[in-house]
Amino acid sequence: MMGVINLVFNAILNGTPLMFGTMGESLTEKSGNLNLGVEGMMYMGGAFGLAGAFYYEKLTGGGSGILAVLIAIACSFLAGAIGALIYSFITITLRANQNVTGLALAIFGTGIGQFVGEYMRNVEGGYVAVSNELKNFFQASPFPRFLQDIPVVGKLIFGHNVFVYLGVILAVLMAFYINRTRYGLNLRATGESPATADAAGINVIKYKYLATVIGGGISAIGGMVYIMTIAGCVWNHEGLSGEGWLAVALVIFCLWRPLNTIWGSALFGALIIMYLRVHLPIPSEIYKILPYVVTVAVLVFTSLRKKKENQPPESLGLSYFREDR
Amino acid sequence: MHNQRAPLFHLAKRTSLSPARAWTIRLASFVVAILIGGLIFLLLGDDPVSAYGAIITGSLGKKVAIRQTVKIAVPLLGTALAIAPCFKMRFWNIGAEGQITAGAIGATFFALNYYDKLPSPVLLIVMGLAGAVCGAFWAFIPAFFKARWGTNETLFTLMMNYIVIGLVKWLQGGPWEGKPGSQIIPNFASSAVLPKVFGIHCGWIIVLILTIFIYVYMRYSKHGYEIAVVGESENTARYAGMSVARITIRTMLLSGAISGLVGYMVASGANMTLYYSVADGVGFTAITVAWLAQLNPFAMIAISFLLAILDKGASTLQTVMNVPASISDIITGIFLFCMLASEFFINYRLVFRHDSGKEAVSE
Amino acid sequence: MQENCAVEMRNITKNFGPVAANSNVSLSIRRGEILSLLGENGSGKTTLMNMLAGIYYPDSGQIFVNGEEVRITSPKDAFDCGIGMIHQHFKLVSVLSAAENVVLGLDGPAVLDIKEVGRRIKEICERYSFSVSPEKKVYDMSVSEKQTLEIVKVLYRGADILILDEPTAVLTPQETEKLFDVLRAMKADGKAIVIITHKLHEVMELADRVAVLRRGEFAGEMMVRDTNPQEMTNMMVGRPISLNIERPDPVDPAERLVIKGLTVVDSEGITKLDNVTFTAMGGEILGIAGIAGSGQKELLEAVAGLQPVKSGSILYTPEDAPPSELVGKTPKQISNLGVSLAFVPEDRLGMGLVGGMGMTGNMLLRSWRRDKGVFIHAKEPSELAQRIKEELEVMTPSVRYPVRRLSGGNVQKVLVGREIASSPSVLMTAYAVRGLDINTSYTIYNLLTSQKMKGVAVIFVGEDLDVLLELCDRILVLYDGKVSGIVDARTADKEQIGLMMTRLSGKGGNADA
Repeated sequence: MMGVINLVFNAILNGTPLMFGTMGESLTEKSGNLNLGVEGMMYMGGAFGLAGAFYYEKLTGGGSGILAVLIAIACSFLAGAIGALIYSFITITLRANQNVTGLALAIFGTGIGQFVGEYMRNVEGGYVAVSNELKNFFQASPFPRFLQDIPVVGKLIFGHNVFVYLGVILAVLMAFYINRTRYGLNLRATGESPATADAAGINVIKYKYLATVIGGGISAIGGMVYIMTIAGCVWNHEGLSGEGWLAVALVIFCLWRPLNTIWGSALFGALIIMYLRVHLPIPSEIYKILPYVVTVAVLVFTSLRKKKENQPPESLGLSYFREDR
Repeated sequence: MHNQRAPLFHLAKRTSLSPARAWTIRLASFVVAILIGGLIFLLLGDDPVSAYGAIITGSLGKKVAIRQTVKIAVPLLGTALAIAPCFKMRFWNIGAEGQITAGAIGATFFALNYYDKLPSPVLLIVMGLAGAVCGAFWAFIPAFFKARWGTNETLFTLMMNYIVIGLVKWLQGGPWEGKPGSQIIPNFASSAVLPKVFGIHCGWIIVLILTIFIYVYMRYSKHGYEIAVVGESENTARYAGMSVARITIRTMLLSGAISGLVGYMVASGANMTLYYSVADGVGFTAITVAWLAQLNPFAMIAISFLLAILDKGASTLQTVMNVPASISDIITGIFLFCMLASEFFINYRLVFRHDSGKEAVSE
Repeated sequence: MQENCAVEMRNITKNFGPVAANSNVSLSIRRGEILSLLGENGSGKTTLMNMLAGIYYPDSGQIFVNGEEVRITSPKDAFDCGIGMIHQHFKLVSVLSAAENVVLGLDGPAVLDIKEVGRRIKEICERYSFSVSPEKKVYDMSVSEKQTLEIVKVLYRGADILILDEPTAVLTPQETEKLFDVLRAMKADGKAIVIITHKLHEVMELADRVAVLRRGEFAGEMMVRDTNPQEMTNMMVGRPISLNIERPDPVDPAERLVIKGLTVVDSEGITKLDNVTFTAMGGEILGIAGIAGSGQKELLEAVAGLQPVKSGSILYTPEDAPPSELVGKTPKQISNLGVSLAFVPEDRLGMGLVGGMGMTGNMLLRSWRRDKGVFIHAKEPSELAQRIKEELEVMTPSVRYPVRRLSGGNVQKVLVGREIASSPSVLMTAYAVRGLDINTSYTIYNLLTSQKMKGVAVIFVGEDLDVLLELCDRILVLYDGKVSGIVDARTADKEQIGLMMTRLSGKGGNADA
């Protein structure tokens, strides 16, 4: 029993960075932009989030933990948003190929992230980490002890770090936004058929920019969450590497639906750590490729079934020019 | 009444632009990238001129440095060549990373198991063939699904990368592990290592041959013609009696084979072993190389060499000026962004609108 | 300025690259009136209206709505001016429901009350006796349902200036009649209505006023009650119709293509061709008439091996060899059989040609497979391109200049020139003169006639009945995928064919019920 609870708990922990990465990219892709730079944006988010919390603590000599969390979120969001803004300008305004620009952003972003991470280490003399008290605000549950101590469900419901709850709230909000609001409808139309959206009076350019920039920011928060929770508040590019690509996979697996990312990220999280918890006669590295194999299976399956609701947004990857002819 | 603002300008597609002007615009973007990069050095408190100087001397200053730069450029160029036919066909193969890795696995299999059973030249040829076959196989899977059911190839090829990289990780710690617990595949025996020519593994000769091959293939062969037609319009291709599915699969087989060959060269020539990051992002960077070169093989030589200079030069920067080597990725990113942006000014022109209703054309 | 003037366009000019789509056009649209914008295909009607709808922005000129100058830079601006356009190609998002499509892009409370939208749609539907179910997804809708939805969408937005681009092209006669009733009702409501069309009988039946465009220029306008089809036609083509196409009698016509019971069902299960039977003879031009979308495209593509056939047979009979069956064969297999089939498809740059390649590259499209070895041989195609350029007077800087950048007429010359150069025994053309100027059209007519005299079986799918009647030897009329009759072009008249195009002969109006 404990084993299962621990597995689920750790699956959620390891899935949380993916949840943010995936939600951000889902929002981006809903507008028809395939931003393959998630990896880069998550790197940027990780490095700048850490830098934000670290320098905040250093400058204030302690400071408020809640404020440190907020600053880390803001720094990582901004970093990712700036990366996505570069991508948006080049693909939306200048209409360059999205695949190539996204890959350029992946290169650029991992460079920036790693540079900032290393630079801090150089400048600060080898070790960049926040204090244990501050770490707690990032890693411990925001709920009181007695709630967490409820048998079985306590840990599973109240035991997670603050980002798990923020992620779930964000996913619900995003699902509501996309499915129930006017703007969400306009966004979906933009991603499906920009020409139609344009003819309906929707400012396609604005929607694409906003979705991509905000989406990039959200993805980048995922990088920060990784660094501040799983990596233990120190720069760890080895561990962060691949998270962004996994997020791109998870977008497909979740069929571009934010609510699916809640359980989808937990499932992927479980697949990442399963080799530590479940002992089957399968080598651990084979476990680790399961998320990708599963994603491929989903991709193939949806293209076989041709159910319209499950397809990628129709204009995904294409740039839009009203007077093209 | 409702909307009195006049649009400041609107866009129009250029009808034509002379190649000379197009290359002038590209050159200008190059200069802009250098300036932005310089700005970054300034921000870091370094002198941009000496920083660029360090990059140049670090990559081209000595014979050893040039050799290493070429060594970096070889897989980039080879993979860009592999990608070019796919992109010409508008098949967005971003799985070169995986195809390189698959090729490296194929080559390594023979390197580990037949190094003492085959004479070196035969072994090297067998390894190359195995690399090509494995790369082609890895490319075939997404191509087949695309051709048969229209499965999104961008996402499919991307996923395939991580599957095969995971396989290598498993091989490293499992069946092919050298010293137990080391998680490392032992170095190849000397008979399985590509010989050197002018101090660099002979892969550079192979990619130069490939450059000419791809140039001729794309420009003068029937296959190249078919690829160009499919890329322009699948309907036209069908109209002309071409089988789009067959051409898709065949082109991906070729592309995967070349990537696989690159994997073989990197494993056998540069690393002399196999590890999971054998492709090390080359599959992605090569896409930008191919695209920025306008899929022209000879332009790819220049661009892959440029990126190699940045890469090699930046590692010198680290030792000389104590700037983290990841600066190379940043500078590379800036170059890519600027060059991608410049294509816009080649394809479109801004038409400014004045109150008089007359128009001025801005280039 | 007149009291009821809703929109006034003054001196509008719009160019696409070197091509002038509209030059110096002035037009006024009035309330409580149905204006018909008449013109041949390619005369710039749609482009002109697209500038009111905010799809294009004029290069120069002014637009006034209700007497005030406006700048319509986006469809949103157009809605704000009360202008709604129903495009020929529907602007609907297929994965969204009807209600979602209707509210797309509208302002209002952030949270969408889709049920309320459904109620209002129902209201509109009841008022004009439409039927649209708000929850239905667009991908589940038929063409006429989609059009209805488009109209509902515009009405929902409260548009009082409605522009409809060739709305009847895809409708059955009953649906057309119903649409016209709705438009009349809206006119009575005081709305300004513009209907873009090239069908004269629609103008006569529906419109109050008609404005005519000819090759991007304003050719004139008049009240419909004061004019007649002849006058309008003259205005459209710029001179009285006396085509005087030379039509020699066929010499020794011989059966070339025997088509029996051909039935084609598309991927969505809709029957596009239903039991089509006819024979095309070598040495004659067989015209194919019908309203757009009656199965012309599918018929030609089925013969060319580009369209899967459900049942029936297409028997190709060469002069000196046994007949062979074409059904179930790919274009490559057909060509390998030695069948020299030439096909000028409707979508010139999307199917017949490669836009990004020059004339030489496009000549290769027919010859590449015959080349021996692995390489293409550009010498012959290059010479052929040069020859076509000179003989057909193709205006291009060089045979390597991308054909996409050529004008429509020159593109068509390249395509027809290439197809004829393959010395075919069957030549199929779809809308071969669409968008071409008179001179180029005659060049094409002459080319087709000379092919006929060489014994080629020419199949000419056309939309202009006058041309069909003067160019062809026989005319097959398609209606809703069925053959509604085959007539002798020398004796048939326009009314007879027009009637056959709208309902199956002998079956009256029940044919599509």
